Amino acid sequence: MEGHSGITGEPITGAVILDQIAASGIEFVVSVPDITTSAGLLWPLVEDKRFRLVRVCKEDEGVSICAAMSVCNKRALLLIQYTGFLDSINALRAAGCEYQMPVCIMAGLLQKEPGVKPTQSKSFGIRIVEPILDAMKIPHALLEDRGDERHIRPAIDAAYAQSYPTVLLIGRQM
Amino acid sequence: MSAMMQRDLCFKILARHVRDEIIVPVYQAAQEWHGVAPEHALTYYSIGAMGQASSCALGLALARPDRRVVVLDGDGSLLMNLGTLVTIASQSPRNLLHFVCENGMYEANGGHPIPGRGEVDFAAMARAAGYRRADTIATLADFETKIPGILTEQGPVFITLKLVAGPPPSQDYAFIHGAPTRATFKTALGPR
Repeated sequence: MEGHSGITGEPITGAVILDQIAASGIEFVVSVPDITTSAGLLWPLVEDKRFRLVRVCKEDEGVSICAAMSVCNKRALLLIQYTGFLDSINALRAAGCEYQMPVCIMAGLLQKEPGVKPTQSKSFGIRIVEPILDAMKIPHALLEDRGDERHIRPAIDAAYAQSYPTVLLIGRQM
Repeated sequence: MSAMMQRDLCFKILARHVRDEIIVPVYQAAQEWHGVAPEHALTYYSIGAMGQASSCALGLALARPDRRVVVLDGDGSLLMNLGTLVTIASQSPRNLLHFVCENGMYEANGGHPIPGRGEVDFAAMARAAGYRRADTIATLADFETKIPGILTEQGPVFITLKLVAGPPPSQDYAFIHGAPTRATFKTALGPR
C-alpha cells in the first residue's frame, strides 16, 4: 500500500473519510473514543444514518465483533486510538491473522507530529505501530492529508476480498 | 449456592433443546460441546484469544438478529473481558443468551483457581451491568426444567452454571482450530 509523502498538505477531513467508509460498504462502526478523531469523525458519525455505531468498553472486544460480523457478510470498521490497537494485538493476531478474518481498523495516532512519518515520530508508541503491522503482515496506510482518502476503499475491499486485516492510520487530529 | 452439575451433562441437556441457535463455546467448553454435539454445524468456536467469546457472540447477534446466539463462556474467560457485560447490556440484543460455566479454575491452564473463586457473583455483575435478566443454576434438574424457557426468552439473558469437575473432555484442537470448521459454520449460517 502506498505510503505517506511526508509533505504537509491540506488536512484530510472527517467528512471525506466518512464518505469513503460508506462507499466501502461499511454498515457497523465499532468504537472506543479517541481525541484524534473525536470531533472530526466520531461525533459526526454519531448522527450519520449511514452507519450503526457500537460503543465498546475495550478495543479487543471490537476486533472480535468485527470479525464475527464478517462471517455474516456484514462489513464493519473498528475506530480506535493506536494505543487501543496495541492493546488488541492478541485478538487481532488470533481472529485476523491466524484465522484469516477481515478486521478493518482505523486508528488515530495521538499527538503524531503533522508531516512526520510515524516511524520518525518523537513518540515511542507511534514509532512502533507500523513495524508491528509489518511483522503481522497487515497492510496499512496513513490518512493525513487531503487525497489520502483514496486509500480507504481499496484497503477495505482488499481486506474482505483476501479475508485479512487492514489498518488505516489517522495522522493528525481532526 | 453450591455446585452440583457436571458440564458434560449440562451440555447434553442443552443439546437436546437447541435447534437452529448459533452456539459460541470457549476453550474447554468448546471441546466439551464438540464432544456432545459434533453435528451442530452452527457452532462458532471462540478460541485463540481468551475472553472474546461474548464479543464474538455480540457481533453475530447484531449482524444476524434473525438468529438466536448462545454463548458458552468460561469464568476465567469472562474475567478477562468483564467490560463485555456492559457493552452487551448497552446494545441489548434480544437474541443473545450468555451462559458462564463457573468451575472456579483456569481449566485449560493447569487448574489454577480464578481470582475471587467462590466469592464472585457473575450473575449479579451481569444484572448490575444491565442484562435484562440474570440467574444462577446449580442443579441438573433445575437446568432441565428451565432451559426451554431460557432458550426462547428475550435477551440479553445471563445464566451462571455452577459446575463441579467431570471427566475431562477429549481434546480435538485440529477440528476446533481448523479452517474447514469455520467454513462449515459459514455455510450453515447461510445468507440472511
